[in-house]
Amino acid sequence: MSVNSVALLYLIASVLFILALKGLSHPDTARRGNLFGILGMVIAVLTTLALTKSIALILAGIVVGGAIGAFVARRVEMTQMPELVAAMHSLVGMAAVLIAIAVVNNPAAFNIPVPMPGGNRLELFIGTFVGAITFSGSVIAFGKLAGLGKKFRLFSSAPVVFKGQHMLNLALAIVMVGFGIAFFLAPAESQWTPFLVMTAIAFVLGVLIIIPIGGADMPVVISMLNSYSGWAAAGIGFSLNNTLLIIAGSLVGSSGAILSYIMCKAMNRSFFSVILGGFGAAEGAAAEQGEQKSVRSGSAEDAAFLMSNAESVIIVPGYGLAVARAQHAVKEMAQKLTEKGVHVRYAIHPVAGRMPGHMNVLLAEAEVPYDQVAEMDDINSEFGDTDVVMVLGANDVVNPLAEQPGSPIHGMPILQAHKARTVLVNKRSMASGYAGLDNPLFYMDKTMMVFGDAKKVVEDIVKAL
Amino acid sequence: MSAIDPTIINLTVFVLAVFVGYHVIWNVTPALHTPLMSVTNAISSVIIVGALLAAGTEHLDFGSVLGAVAVGLAAVNVFGGFLVTQRMLEMFKKKDRKGGKKQA
Repeated sequence: MSVNSVALLYLIASVLFILALKGLSHPDTARRGNLFGILGMVIAVLTTLALTKSIALILAGIVVGGAIGAFVARRVEMTQMPELVAAMHSLVGMAAVLIAIAVVNNPAAFNIPVPMPGGNRLELFIGTFVGAITFSGSVIAFGKLAGLGKKFRLFSSAPVVFKGQHMLNLALAIVMVGFGIAFFLAPAESQWTPFLVMTAIAFVLGVLIIIPIGGADMPVVISMLNSYSGWAAAGIGFSLNNTLLIIAGSLVGSSGAILSYIMCKAMNRSFFSVILGGFGAAEGAAAEQGEQKSVRSGSAEDAAFLMSNAESVIIVPGYGLAVARAQHAVKEMAQKLTEKGVHVRYAIHPVAGRMPGHMNVLLAEAEVPYDQVAEMDDINSEFGDTDVVMVLGANDVVNPLAEQPGSPIHGMPILQAHKARTVLVNKRSMASGYAGLDNPLFYMDKTMMVFGDAKKVVEDIVKAL
Repeated sequence: MSAIDPTIINLTVFVLAVFVGYHVIWNVTPALHTPLMSVTNAISSVIIVGALLAAGTEHLDFGSVLGAVAVGLAAVNVFGGFLVTQRMLEMFKKKDRKGGKKQA
Protein backbone atom coordinates (compact mmCIF):
# COMPACT_ATOMS: atom_id res chain seq x y z
CA MET A 1 0.00 0.00 0.00
CA SER A 2 1.35 3.41 -0.89
CA VAL A 3 2.20 5.94 1.80
CA ASN A 4 -0.49 8.22 0.46
CA SER A 5 -3.32 5.70 0.67
CA VAL A 6 -2.23 4.85 4.22
CA ALA A 7 -2.40 8.55 5.11
CA LEU A 8 -5.86 8.88 3.55
CA LEU A 9 -7.21 5.85 5.39
CA TYR A 10 -5.78 7.29 8.62
CA LEU A 11 -7.65 10.50 7.83
CA ILE A 12 -10.92 8.56 7.55
CA ALA A 13 -10.22 6.86 10.87
CA SER A 14 -9.50 10.25 12.49
CA VAL A 15 -12.79 11.68 11.26
CA LEU A 16 -14.61 8.62 12.62
CA PHE A 17 -13.00 9.19 16.05
CA ILE A 18 -14.19 12.79 16.03
CA LEU A 19 -17.70 11.61 15.15
CA ALA A 20 -17.52 9.11 18.02
CA LEU A 21 -16.96 11.95 20.49
CA LYS A 22 -19.52 14.17 18.81
CA GLY A 23 -22.15 11.46 19.28
CA LEU A 24 -21.82 11.78 23.05
CA SER A 25 -23.56 15.15 22.99
CA HIS A 26 -26.84 13.29 23.49
CA PRO A 27 -27.71 9.83 24.86
CA ASP A 28 -29.73 9.05 21.71
CA THR A 29 -26.81 9.56 19.33
CA ALA A 30 -24.12 8.16 21.62
CA ARG A 31 -24.44 4.52 20.60
CA ARG A 32 -24.08 5.35 16.93
CA GLY A 33 -21.03 7.43 17.86
CA ASN A 34 -19.47 4.44 19.59
CA LEU A 35 -19.97 2.38 16.43
CA PHE A 36 -18.15 5.09 14.46
CA GLY A 37 -15.30 4.79 16.95
CA ILE A 38 -15.13 1.03 16.50
CA LEU A 39 -15.15 1.42 12.73
CA GLY A 40 -12.34 3.98 12.94
CA MET A 41 -10.28 1.58 15.04
CA VAL A 42 -10.86 -1.30 12.62
CA ILE A 43 -9.73 0.85 9.68
CA ALA A 44 -6.66 2.02 11.59
CA VAL A 45 -5.62 -1.49 12.58
CA LEU A 46 -6.24 -3.09 9.16
CA THR A 47 -4.38 -0.30 7.36
CA THR A 48 -1.39 -0.68 9.65
CA LEU A 49 -1.43 -4.46 9.33
CA ALA A 50 -0.90 -4.04 5.60
CA LEU A 51 2.43 -2.37 6.43
CA THR A 52 3.75 -5.10 8.70
CA LYS A 53 5.92 -7.96 7.53
CA SER A 54 5.02 -10.74 9.97
CA ILE A 55 1.78 -11.29 11.78
CA ALA A 56 2.29 -14.13 14.28
CA LEU A 57 3.24 -12.00 17.29
CA ILE A 58 0.55 -9.46 16.43
CA LEU A 59 -2.19 -12.07 16.35
CA ALA A 60 -1.04 -13.48 19.68
CA GLY A 61 -1.13 -10.01 21.23
CA ILE A 62 -4.56 -9.16 19.84
CA VAL A 63 -6.14 -12.48 20.80
CA VAL A 64 -4.82 -12.48 24.37
CA GLY A 65 -5.39 -8.76 24.98
CA GLY A 66 -8.73 -8.70 23.21
CA ALA A 67 -10.04 -11.67 25.17
CA ILE A 68 -9.04 -10.09 28.49
CA GLY A 69 -10.56 -6.76 27.48
CA ALA A 70 -13.83 -8.30 26.32
CA PHE A 71 -14.09 -10.43 29.46
CA VAL A 72 -13.52 -7.48 31.78
CA ALA A 73 -15.89 -5.22 29.85
CA ARG A 74 -18.63 -7.81 30.23
CA ARG A 75 -18.05 -8.56 33.90
CA VAL A 76 -17.22 -5.22 35.46
CA GLU A 77 -19.82 -3.73 37.77
CA MET A 78 -20.90 -0.15 37.20
CA THR A 79 -19.76 0.77 40.70
CA GLN A 80 -16.26 -0.33 39.65
CA MET A 81 -16.05 1.91 36.58
CA PRO A 82 -13.55 4.34 38.16
CA GLU A 83 -11.11 1.49 38.87
CA LEU A 84 -11.54 0.08 35.38
CA VAL A 85 -10.91 3.43 33.73
CA ALA A 86 -7.79 3.98 35.87
CA ALA A 87 -6.51 0.52 34.93
CA MET A 88 -7.08 1.22 31.25
CA HIS A 89 -5.19 4.51 31.46
CA SER A 90 -2.22 2.65 32.89
CA LEU A 91 -2.23 0.25 29.92
CA VAL A 92 -2.09 3.09 27.39
CA GLY A 93 0.83 4.61 29.32
CA MET A 94 2.73 1.31 29.44
CA ALA A 95 2.09 0.64 25.74
CA ALA A 96 3.56 4.07 24.94
CA VAL A 97 6.71 3.28 26.94
CA LEU A 98 7.15 -0.15 25.32
CA ILE A 99 6.73 1.29 21.83
CA ALA A 100 9.26 4.00 22.63
CA ILE A 101 11.80 1.40 23.72
CA ALA A 102 11.17 -0.53 20.50
CA VAL A 103 11.76 2.66 18.53
CA VAL A 104 15.10 3.31 20.22
CA ASN A 105 16.00 -0.32 19.60
CA ASN A 106 15.23 -0.25 15.89
CA PRO A 107 14.13 3.06 14.35
CA ALA A 108 14.17 1.58 10.84
CA ALA A 109 11.14 -0.58 11.64
CA PHE A 110 9.13 2.65 11.99
CA ASN A 111 10.49 4.29 8.83
CA ILE A 112 12.62 6.60 10.95
CA PRO A 113 16.09 7.33 9.54
CA VAL A 114 19.04 5.73 11.32
CA PRO A 115 20.60 7.32 13.32
CA MET A 116 17.42 8.85 14.67
CA PRO A 117 17.18 12.61 13.98
CA GLY A 118 17.20 14.93 16.98
CA GLY A 119 13.60 16.03 16.44
CA ASN A 120 12.29 12.48 16.66
CA ARG A 121 14.34 11.88 19.78
CA LEU A 122 12.93 14.95 21.46
CA GLU A 123 9.39 13.83 20.63
CA LEU A 124 10.13 10.31 21.76
CA PHE A 125 11.43 11.64 25.06
CA ILE A 126 8.19 13.55 25.65
CA GLY A 127 5.98 10.62 24.67
CA THR A 128 7.94 8.26 26.91
CA PHE A 129 7.98 10.25 30.11
CA VAL A 130 4.32 11.19 29.80
CA GLY A 131 3.54 7.52 29.16
CA ALA A 132 5.59 6.38 32.16
CA ILE A 133 3.95 8.92 34.48
CA THR A 134 0.54 7.89 33.16
CA PHE A 135 1.32 4.26 33.89
CA SER A 136 2.58 4.47 37.44
CA GLY A 137 0.18 7.29 38.38
CA SER A 138 -2.76 5.26 37.13
CA VAL A 139 -1.62 2.20 39.03
CA ILE A 140 -1.67 4.25 42.24
CA ALA A 141 -5.05 5.75 41.33
CA PHE A 142 -6.37 2.27 40.64
CA GLY A 143 -5.15 1.06 44.03
CA LYS A 144 -6.78 3.99 45.82
CA LEU A 145 -10.07 3.50 43.99
CA ALA A 146 -10.11 -0.25 44.47
CA GLY A 147 -9.57 0.23 48.22
CA LEU A 148 -6.21 -1.52 48.40
CA GLY A 149 -5.08 1.04 50.97
CA LYS A 150 -5.58 -1.35 53.85
CA LYS A 151 -2.95 -3.73 52.50
CA PHE A 152 -0.49 -1.23 51.04
CA ARG A 153 -0.07 2.21 52.49
CA LEU A 154 0.96 3.51 49.08
CA PHE A 155 -2.63 3.00 47.90
CA SER A 156 -4.20 4.66 50.94
CA SER A 157 -7.16 6.79 49.91
CA ALA A 158 -6.07 9.31 52.55
CA PRO A 159 -3.38 11.63 51.20
CA VAL A 160 0.14 10.29 51.74
CA VAL A 161 2.20 13.37 52.55
CA PHE A 162 5.71 13.90 53.86
CA LYS A 163 8.03 16.80 54.39
CA GLY A 164 9.78 18.16 51.34
CA GLN A 165 7.51 16.21 49.03
CA HIS A 166 7.06 18.97 46.49
CA MET A 167 10.75 19.82 46.49
CA LEU A 168 11.59 16.16 45.89
CA ASN A 169 9.14 15.98 42.99
CA LEU A 170 10.53 19.16 41.50
CA ALA A 171 14.11 17.93 41.83
CA LEU A 172 13.21 14.60 40.23
CA ALA A 173 11.43 16.37 37.37
CA ILE A 174 14.49 18.53 36.71
CA VAL A 175 16.82 15.50 36.76
CA MET A 176 14.42 13.67 34.45
CA VAL A 177 14.41 16.53 31.94
CA GLY A 178 18.22 16.65 32.23
CA PHE A 179 18.52 13.00 31.19
CA GLY A 180 15.99 13.68 28.43
CA ILE A 181 18.25 16.40 27.07
CA ALA A 182 21.21 14.04 27.38
CA PHE A 183 19.25 11.50 25.31
CA PHE A 184 18.58 14.24 22.77
CA LEU A 185 22.25 15.15 22.50
CA ALA A 186 23.87 11.71 22.87
CA PRO A 187 25.27 9.90 19.83
CA ALA A 188 23.34 6.80 18.72
CA GLU A 189 25.71 4.35 20.51
CA SER A 190 25.25 5.83 23.96
CA GLN A 191 21.61 6.85 24.00
CA TRP A 192 20.32 3.87 26.00
CA THR A 193 21.58 4.98 29.41
CA PRO A 194 20.01 8.46 29.46
CA PHE A 195 16.83 7.08 27.91
CA LEU A 196 16.37 4.33 30.49
CA VAL A 197 17.30 6.51 33.46
CA MET A 198 14.84 9.14 32.27
CA THR A 199 12.08 6.51 31.95
CA ALA A 200 12.80 5.09 35.40
CA ILE A 201 12.59 8.52 37.01
CA ALA A 202 9.31 9.15 35.22
CA PHE A 203 7.86 5.96 36.71
CA VAL A 204 8.85 7.06 40.22
CA LEU A 205 7.50 10.54 39.59
CA GLY A 206 4.10 9.14 38.55
CA VAL A 207 3.79 7.43 41.94
CA LEU A 208 4.90 10.50 43.88
CA ILE A 209 2.51 12.80 42.06
CA ILE A 210 -0.59 10.74 42.83
CA ILE A 211 0.00 9.54 46.44
CA PRO A 212 -0.69 12.93 48.10
CA ILE A 213 -4.09 13.25 46.45
CA GLY A 214 -7.04 12.13 48.55
CA GLY A 215 -10.07 10.01 47.73
CA ALA A 216 -12.65 12.68 46.91
CA ASP A 217 -10.25 14.45 44.56
CA MET A 218 -10.22 11.32 42.44
CA PRO A 219 -12.54 12.78 39.77
CA VAL A 220 -9.80 15.32 39.01
CA VAL A 221 -6.99 12.76 39.12
CA ILE A 222 -8.73 10.32 36.86
CA SER A 223 -9.56 13.05 34.33
CA MET A 224 -5.98 14.28 34.47
CA LEU A 225 -4.59 10.79 33.81
CA ASN A 226 -7.10 10.47 30.98
CA SER A 227 -5.59 13.59 29.53
CA TYR A 228 -2.00 12.34 30.03
CA SER A 229 -2.75 9.06 28.26
CA GLY A 230 -3.89 11.10 25.26
CA TRP A 231 -0.79 13.31 25.28
CA ALA A 232 1.41 10.21 25.53
CA ALA A 233 -0.24 8.79 22.41
CA ALA A 234 0.19 12.13 20.62
CA GLY A 235 3.86 12.28 21.65
CA ILE A 236 4.50 8.82 20.21
CA GLY A 237 2.59 9.94 17.08
CA PHE A 238 4.98 12.87 16.69
CA SER A 239 8.05 10.67 16.87
CA LEU A 240 6.57 8.17 14.38
CA ASN A 241 5.26 10.96 12.10
CA ASN A 242 1.85 9.34 12.42
CA THR A 243 -0.99 11.85 12.02
CA LEU A 244 -3.67 9.43 13.20
CA LEU A 245 -1.92 8.98 16.55
CA ILE A 246 -1.43 12.73 16.84
CA ILE A 247 -5.10 13.48 16.14
CA ALA A 248 -6.52 10.74 18.37
CA GLY A 249 -4.07 11.60 21.15
CA SER A 250 -4.93 15.31 21.01
CA LEU A 251 -8.66 14.59 21.12
CA VAL A 252 -8.22 12.46 24.20
CA GLY A 253 -5.75 14.88 25.74
CA SER A 254 -8.08 17.83 25.41
CA SER A 255 -11.03 15.75 26.59
CA GLY A 256 -9.25 14.85 29.81
CA ALA A 257 -8.07 18.41 30.30
CA ILE A 258 -11.60 19.79 29.96
CA LEU A 259 -12.98 17.21 32.37
CA SER A 260 -10.27 18.12 34.91
CA TYR A 261 -11.23 21.76 34.52
CA ILE A 262 -14.95 21.03 35.01
CA MET A 263 -14.21 18.94 38.11
CA CYS A 264 -11.94 21.59 39.65
CA LYS A 265 -14.52 24.26 39.01
CA ALA A 266 -17.20 22.15 40.67
CA MET A 267 -15.04 22.07 43.81
CA ASN A 268 -14.00 25.70 43.46
CA ARG A 269 -10.37 24.68 43.72
CA SER A 270 -7.50 25.45 41.44
CA PHE A 271 -5.97 22.61 39.49
CA PHE A 272 -2.68 23.16 41.30
CA SER A 273 -4.17 22.94 44.77
CA VAL A 274 -5.65 19.56 43.85
CA ILE A 275 -2.42 18.30 42.33
CA LEU A 276 -0.32 19.47 45.26
CA GLY A 277 -2.70 17.43 47.39
CA GLY A 278 -3.01 16.98 51.12
CA PHE A 279 -6.44 18.59 51.28
CA GLY A 280 -8.50 17.60 54.31
CA ALA A 281 -5.49 16.60 56.36
CA ALA A 282 -5.08 20.07 57.91
CA GLU A 283 -8.67 21.20 58.28
CA GLY A 284 -9.87 17.83 59.55
CA ALA A 285 -8.89 18.48 63.14
CA ALA A 286 -10.74 21.77 63.46
CA ALA A 287 -14.13 20.30 62.69
CA GLU A 288 -14.06 17.91 65.61
CA GLN A 289 -13.81 20.66 68.20
CA GLY A 290 -17.30 22.05 67.56
CA GLU A 291 -19.70 21.82 70.50
CA GLN A 292 -22.21 19.01 70.51
CA LYS A 293 -25.24 20.10 68.57
CA SER A 294 -28.39 18.07 68.52
CA VAL A 295 -29.76 16.43 65.41
CA ARG A 296 -33.18 15.04 64.81
CA SER A 297 -33.05 11.46 63.68
CA GLY A 298 -35.84 9.27 62.44
CA SER A 299 -36.57 5.83 61.12
CA ALA A 300 -37.02 4.62 57.56
CA GLU A 301 -40.78 4.50 58.22
CA ASP A 302 -40.80 8.19 59.15
CA ALA A 303 -38.93 8.98 55.95
CA ALA A 304 -41.38 6.91 53.90
CA PHE A 305 -44.31 8.76 55.49
CA LEU A 306 -42.82 12.18 54.76
CA MET A 307 -42.04 11.35 51.16
CA SER A 308 -45.34 9.71 50.32
CA ASN A 309 -47.17 12.82 51.55
CA ALA A 310 -45.02 15.15 49.49
CA GLU A 311 -45.88 16.55 46.10
CA SER A 312 -42.31 16.73 44.89
CA VAL A 313 -39.17 14.89 45.97
CA ILE A 314 -35.59 15.45 44.83
CA ILE A 315 -33.05 12.70 45.47
CA VAL A 316 -29.40 13.77 45.85
CA PRO A 317 -27.12 10.75 45.39
CA GLY A 318 -23.46 10.73 46.48
CA TYR A 319 -20.53 8.39 46.83
CA GLY A 320 -22.30 6.61 49.70
CA LEU A 321 -24.87 5.35 47.22
CA ALA A 322 -22.14 3.84 45.06
CA VAL A 323 -20.41 2.20 48.03
CA ALA A 324 -23.67 0.65 49.24
CA ARG A 325 -24.68 -0.28 45.65
CA ALA A 326 -28.09 1.15 46.46
CA GLN A 327 -28.97 2.34 42.96
CA HIS A 328 -31.55 -0.37 42.25
CA ALA A 329 -33.26 0.12 45.61
CA VAL A 330 -33.40 3.86 44.97
CA LYS A 331 -35.00 3.30 41.60
CA GLU A 332 -37.64 1.10 43.25
CA MET A 333 -38.30 3.76 45.86
CA ALA A 334 -38.70 6.42 43.19
CA GLN A 335 -41.04 4.20 41.22
CA LYS A 336 -43.27 3.57 44.23
CA LEU A 337 -43.39 7.27 44.96
CA THR A 338 -44.24 8.06 41.34
CA GLU A 339 -47.10 5.58 41.51
CA LYS A 340 -48.41 7.53 44.50
CA GLY A 341 -48.41 10.68 42.38
CA VAL A 342 -45.21 12.19 43.79
CA HIS A 343 -43.03 14.07 41.30
CA VAL A 344 -39.56 12.52 41.74
CA ARG A 345 -36.30 13.78 40.29
CA TYR A 346 -32.60 13.30 40.87
CA ALA A 347 -30.06 16.10 41.28
CA ILE A 348 -26.45 15.33 40.36
CA HIS A 349 -23.48 17.38 41.51
CA PRO A 350 -20.59 17.26 39.01
CA VAL A 351 -18.16 15.80 41.57
CA ALA A 352 -20.55 13.33 43.18
CA GLY A 353 -18.85 9.94 43.22
CA ARG A 354 -15.31 9.11 42.19
CA MET A 355 -15.30 10.03 38.52
CA PRO A 356 -17.10 12.43 36.17
CA GLY A 357 -20.60 11.17 35.43
CA HIS A 358 -20.32 8.32 37.97
CA MET A 359 -23.81 8.85 39.44
CA ASN A 360 -25.46 9.13 36.03
CA VAL A 361 -24.14 5.74 35.01
CA LEU A 362 -25.28 4.10 38.25
CA LEU A 363 -28.77 5.53 37.85
CA ALA A 364 -28.84 4.51 34.19
CA GLU A 365 -27.87 1.00 35.23
CA ALA A 366 -30.89 0.92 37.54
CA GLU A 367 -32.98 1.99 34.54
CA VAL A 368 -33.80 5.43 35.84
CA PRO A 369 -34.98 7.39 32.77
CA TYR A 370 -32.39 10.06 32.05
CA ASP A 371 -34.96 12.83 31.78
CA GLN A 372 -35.62 12.46 35.53
CA VAL A 373 -31.95 13.14 36.22
CA ALA A 374 -30.98 16.81 36.37
CA GLU A 375 -27.60 18.53 36.51
CA MET A 376 -26.87 20.99 39.29
CA ASP A 377 -27.37 24.21 37.31
CA ASP A 378 -30.69 23.06 35.92
CA ILE A 379 -32.31 22.04 39.19
CA ASN A 380 -30.82 24.38 41.78
CA SER A 381 -33.54 27.00 41.36
CA GLU A 382 -36.21 24.41 42.09
CA PHE A 383 -35.17 23.30 45.58
CA GLY A 384 -37.16 26.17 47.10
CA ASP A 385 -40.41 24.74 45.72
CA THR A 386 -39.63 21.18 46.70
CA ASP A 387 -41.32 19.42 49.61
CA VAL A 388 -38.72 16.80 50.43
CA VAL A 389 -35.07 16.39 49.51
CA MET A 390 -33.49 13.03 50.21
CA VAL A 391 -29.69 13.17 50.47
CA LEU A 392 -28.18 9.72 50.03
CA GLY A 393 -24.54 9.35 51.00
CA ALA A 394 -23.58 12.88 49.95
CA ASN A 395 -22.18 15.52 52.28
CA ASP A 396 -19.90 18.28 51.05
CA VAL A 397 -21.91 18.84 47.86
CA VAL A 398 -24.93 19.95 49.94
CA ASN A 399 -23.01 21.83 52.63
CA PRO A 400 -24.50 25.34 53.03
CA LEU A 401 -21.16 26.51 54.52
CA ALA A 402 -20.07 26.92 50.91
CA GLU A 403 -22.27 30.01 50.75
CA GLN A 404 -20.68 31.52 53.87
CA PRO A 405 -17.68 33.78 53.34
CA GLY A 406 -14.65 32.61 55.29
CA SER A 407 -15.40 28.91 55.35
CA PRO A 408 -12.78 26.65 53.75
CA ILE A 409 -15.16 25.56 51.01
CA HIS A 410 -16.57 29.03 50.40
CA GLY A 411 -17.47 29.49 46.75
CA MET A 412 -17.86 25.83 45.91
CA PRO A 413 -21.09 25.46 43.96
CA ILE A 414 -23.52 23.26 45.91
CA LEU A 415 -26.90 21.66 45.47
CA GLN A 416 -29.18 23.92 47.50
CA ALA A 417 -30.89 21.12 49.40
CA HIS A 418 -31.25 23.38 52.45
CA LYS A 419 -33.84 25.47 50.65
CA ALA A 420 -36.35 22.62 50.47
CA ARG A 421 -39.20 22.40 52.99
CA THR A 422 -37.97 19.15 54.50
CA VAL A 423 -34.57 17.53 54.19
CA LEU A 424 -33.91 13.84 54.80
CA VAL A 425 -30.26 12.87 55.12
CA ASN A 426 -29.06 9.30 55.02
CA LYS A 427 -25.56 8.75 56.38
CA ARG A 428 -23.81 5.90 58.07
CA SER A 429 -22.74 8.07 61.00
CA MET A 430 -22.18 11.70 61.94
CA ALA A 431 -18.61 11.60 60.64
CA SER A 432 -17.73 14.67 58.64
CA GLY A 433 -17.27 14.53 54.89
CA TYR A 434 -14.08 14.48 52.90
CA ALA A 435 -13.45 18.18 53.44
CA GLY A 436 -13.45 17.50 57.18
CA LEU A 437 -16.11 20.12 57.72
CA ASP A 438 -19.19 20.02 59.82
CA ASN A 439 -22.39 20.39 57.81
CA PRO A 440 -24.97 22.86 59.23
CA LEU A 441 -27.60 21.22 57.03
CA PHE A 442 -27.70 18.29 59.47
CA TYR A 443 -28.66 20.54 62.40
CA MET A 444 -31.47 22.46 60.73
CA ASP A 445 -34.92 22.16 62.26
CA LYS A 446 -36.34 20.86 59.02
CA THR A 447 -33.73 18.14 58.68
CA MET A 448 -34.24 14.57 59.71
CA MET A 449 -31.28 12.20 59.77
CA VAL A 450 -31.84 8.56 58.84
CA PHE A 451 -28.75 6.68 59.92
CA GLY A 452 -27.64 3.43 58.35
CA ASP A 453 -26.29 1.84 55.20
CA ALA A 454 -27.86 3.53 52.18
CA LYS A 455 -29.10 0.31 50.63
CA LYS A 456 -30.61 -1.01 53.86
CA VAL A 457 -32.34 2.28 54.62
CA VAL A 458 -33.79 2.67 51.13
CA GLU A 459 -35.01 -0.93 51.11
CA ASP A 460 -36.75 -0.30 54.44
CA ILE A 461 -38.36 2.81 52.99
CA VAL A 462 -39.60 0.82 50.00
CA LYS A 463 -41.16 -1.71 52.38
CA ALA A 464 -42.88 1.04 54.34
CA LEU A 465 -44.29 2.80 51.28
CA MET B 1 11.37 26.56 -1.51
CA SER B 2 12.50 23.37 0.16
CA ALA B 3 10.05 20.79 1.55
CA ILE B 4 8.42 21.49 4.89
CA ASP B 5 9.87 19.65 7.86
CA PRO B 6 7.47 16.82 8.87
CA THR B 7 7.59 18.12 12.45
CA ILE B 8 5.94 21.35 11.32
CA ILE B 9 3.19 19.42 9.55
CA ASN B 10 2.74 17.30 12.69
CA LEU B 11 2.53 20.45 14.78
CA THR B 12 -0.13 21.88 12.46
CA VAL B 13 -2.20 18.72 12.73
CA PHE B 14 -1.72 18.67 16.49
CA VAL B 15 -2.85 22.24 17.10
CA LEU B 16 -5.90 21.87 14.86
CA ALA B 17 -6.84 18.55 16.49
CA VAL B 18 -6.65 20.13 19.95
CA PHE B 19 -9.06 22.82 18.77
CA VAL B 20 -11.46 20.24 17.35
CA GLY B 21 -11.21 18.27 20.58
CA TYR B 22 -11.88 21.36 22.68
CA HIS B 23 -15.07 22.22 20.81
CA VAL B 24 -16.39 18.69 20.51
CA ILE B 25 -15.81 17.84 24.18
CA TRP B 26 -17.58 20.93 25.52
CA ASN B 27 -20.69 19.69 23.73
CA VAL B 28 -20.68 16.36 25.55
CA THR B 29 -23.56 16.18 27.98
CA PRO B 30 -22.36 15.84 31.60
CA ALA B 31 -24.53 12.76 32.06
CA LEU B 32 -22.27 10.92 29.62
CA HIS B 33 -18.94 11.90 31.16
CA THR B 34 -18.20 8.35 32.30
CA PRO B 35 -18.82 6.83 28.84
CA LEU B 36 -16.72 9.72 27.48
CA MET B 37 -13.80 8.58 29.62
CA SER B 38 -14.12 4.96 28.58
CA VAL B 39 -14.45 5.78 24.89
CA THR B 40 -11.49 8.18 24.97
CA ASN B 41 -9.60 5.34 26.60
CA ALA B 42 -10.45 3.12 23.68
CA ILE B 43 -9.54 5.86 21.22
CA SER B 44 -6.18 6.58 22.81
CA SER B 45 -5.37 2.90 22.43
CA VAL B 46 -5.03 3.65 18.73
CA ILE B 47 -1.44 3.68 19.97
CA ILE B 48 -1.80 0.02 18.99
CA VAL B 49 -0.81 1.27 15.53
CA GLY B 50 2.71 1.93 16.79
CA ALA B 51 2.73 -1.39 18.60
CA LEU B 52 1.77 -3.22 15.39
CA LEU B 53 4.72 -1.69 13.56
CA ALA B 54 7.04 -2.72 16.39
CA ALA B 55 5.71 -6.28 16.55
CA GLY B 56 5.46 -6.83 12.81
CA THR B 57 9.15 -6.63 11.87
CA GLU B 58 10.64 -9.19 9.53
CA HIS B 59 12.99 -10.69 12.11
CA LEU B 60 12.09 -11.53 15.65
CA ASP B 61 14.10 -9.45 18.10
CA PHE B 62 13.89 -7.71 21.44
CA GLY B 63 11.90 -4.84 19.90
CA SER B 64 9.27 -7.02 18.28
CA VAL B 65 8.65 -8.88 21.55
CA LEU B 66 8.11 -5.56 23.33
CA GLY B 67 5.86 -4.60 20.43
CA ALA B 68 3.79 -7.75 20.89
CA VAL B 69 3.35 -6.99 24.60
CA ALA B 70 2.29 -3.46 23.68
CA VAL B 71 -0.18 -4.87 21.14
CA GLY B 72 -1.63 -7.01 23.93
CA LEU B 73 -1.93 -4.10 26.37
CA ALA B 74 -3.50 -1.84 23.77
CA ALA B 75 -5.85 -4.60 22.61
CA VAL B 76 -7.20 -4.93 26.17
CA ASN B 77 -8.16 -1.28 25.92
CA VAL B 78 -9.49 -1.39 22.39
CA PHE B 79 -11.85 -4.25 23.12
CA GLY B 80 -12.52 -3.40 26.75
CA GLY B 81 -12.99 0.32 26.09
CA PHE B 82 -15.43 0.09 23.23
CA LEU B 83 -17.38 -2.82 24.71
CA VAL B 84 -17.82 -1.30 28.14
CA THR B 85 -18.84 1.99 26.53
CA GLN B 86 -21.43 0.17 24.46
CA ARG B 87 -22.67 -1.59 27.57
CA MET B 88 -23.04 1.68 29.43
CA LEU B 89 -24.72 3.46 26.55
CA GLU B 90 -27.27 0.64 26.28
CA MET B 91 -28.30 1.56 29.82
CA PHE B 92 -29.00 5.12 28.72
CA LYS B 93 -31.35 3.86 26.05
CA LYS B 94 -34.91 5.02 26.62
CA LYS B 95 -37.07 2.19 27.77
CA ASP B 96 -40.17 1.76 25.64
CA ARG B 97 -42.51 1.39 28.56
CA LYS B 98 -41.40 4.79 29.82
CA GLY B 99 -42.34 6.40 26.51
CA GLY B 100 -45.92 7.13 27.57
CA LYS B 101 -44.98 8.69 30.89
CA LYS B 102 -42.84 11.45 29.48
CA GLN B 103 -43.76 14.86 30.71
CA ALA B 104 -42.69 18.37 29.96
